[in-house]
Amino acid sequence: MQLISARGLSVRHGAQIALSSVDFAISKGEIVTVVGPNGSGKSTLLKALIGLEHAAEGQVTHAPGLSIGYVPQRLHMDARLPMSVRRFLSLPHRVPDTEAEAALRRVAVPGIGSRPMSALSGGQFQRVLLARALLAKPEILILDEPTQGLDQPGVAAFYRLIEEVRAETGVAVLMVSHDLHVVMSATDRVICLNGHVCCEGAPRVVSEAPEYRALFGLGTGGALALYRHVHDHDHDHDHDHDHEHGHANHHPHHHHHEGADA
Amino acid sequence: MPEDFLIRAALAGLGLTLATGPLGAFVVWRRMAFFGDATAHAAILGVALALATDLPVYAGTLAVAMAMGLAVSALTGRGQAADSALGVLAHSALALGLIAVSFLPGVRSDLSAYLFGDILAVTDADLIWIWGGAALVLGLIAWRWQALLTATVDEALAQASGIDPRRERLVLTLALALVVAVAVKIVGALLIAAMLIIPAAAARGPARSPEAMAAIAALFGALAVLGGLALSLRLDTPAGPSIVATAAAIFALSLIPRRPT
Repeated sequence: MQLISARGLSVRHGAQIALSSVDFAISKGEIVTVVGPNGSGKSTLLKALIGLEHAAEGQVTHAPGLSIGYVPQRLHMDARLPMSVRRFLSLPHRVPDTEAEAALRRVAVPGIGSRPMSALSGGQFQRVLLARALLAKPEILILDEPTQGLDQPGVAAFYRLIEEVRAETGVAVLMVSHDLHVVMSATDRVICLNGHVCCEGAPRVVSEAPEYRALFGLGTGGALALYRHVHDHDHDHDHDHDHEHGHANHHPHHHHHEGADA
Repeated sequence: MPEDFLIRAALAGLGLTLATGPLGAFVVWRRMAFFGDATAHAAILGVALALATDLPVYAGTLAVAMAMGLAVSALTGRGQAADSALGVLAHSALALGLIAVSFLPGVRSDLSAYLFGDILAVTDADLIWIWGGAALVLGLIAWRWQALLTATVDEALAQASGIDPRRERLVLTLALALVVAVAVKIVGALLIAAMLIIPAAAARGPARSPEAMAAIAALFGALAVLGGLALSLRLDTPAGPSIVATAAAIFALSLIPRRPT
């Protein structure tokens, strides 16, 4: 069953086309990672799938009554807004203390409920964001570069936490990530984005796709790809999509791929 | 026993601060300070239009303040630089209002009352408007509180939880227009923004939660009203500015014992 799907989704920012003709679907329990260079529309895609960005063309469909747990890229908490961790967990729905503390324990930051959000370290802050998202008992977690500003052990620990949560609850995970090597091992499906879907599929397949290599360098199978943006093929937004679809080996259609996953 | 007009002035000010406290907290959190300014400036145009068409002043200011709020929302929503868009709209509305009023015979003296307010001239009918408007705004904010707060923290976070941040922005615009409409006669267009921002900014220091900040802002506003009226009575100073000056003094005091937050 598809939790969120998009068909022919295009998003404009003024005159600029941020996303063009994106087809997307995520099923129950699946982990999908979106990779792409800066400005490739990764955040825009997530926001459009949530419904915050208006679709200029195409449409986004949610499963009826879908519960989304969203972890934003960077939450700028205005210093003039006094907000304790405990209070933040009660947004937008108030939760009892026991549930709030259980959520904090789950993400391994127990007992910090009384602290102001502004006093948290980067790692604690991201975990609190995750705890809040989990309190909604989501069917899908959407994470927008959730490990930005964390050090390497912090990044690894955070992704381990996501995997644990998925194993426990069966929640689907859709995330944008820069941490390619981590993502490659933990992901069911990778979508390589650069204004449009360059290539898509199982991590191994994608990492060998020429489009992926063009974006992320020609490293060893992509798994250790340097985050180098060798942008040698045409990404003009008025491009014709046919050239990608010609490469069936690295751009499988969704239904094809879901069949392979099942 | 204080005079009746003084009691009415105090009641009017207290009613106002009930609304401007919590609303001012959002204005501070969302950096809408200039938005408050622009809406208040636009109110002058509303006053002029109301006087010209024999409509109630409240209706005129409400309509123009709301139109202003929506125009600003639309402009900033389309990615225009918010501050310059606001500046253009605010100052044009104020100028057009002043020009419009100059065509009306015999209202020149009235206008300064709308710019600077005349809280000592509040009537019983005004009190009903003010308390009615304040109750409406307070009710609106209380009803939408969780959603407003979530949308203020992060719009995408709100949207993912099924809250439309655009709708919440509209709620705030409406609340702001309502407050401006009922307050323009009391503290005057130019001082409304000050009453929105100063008590809320002063409340940041002692507050440990958003709810506390809204309540403390209302409390500081009430203190400013009572203190300002007392000051005005003793020193024979203009009442509206005295209230704002008292609020400013409270703000200055709030800066002194700063504990790390």
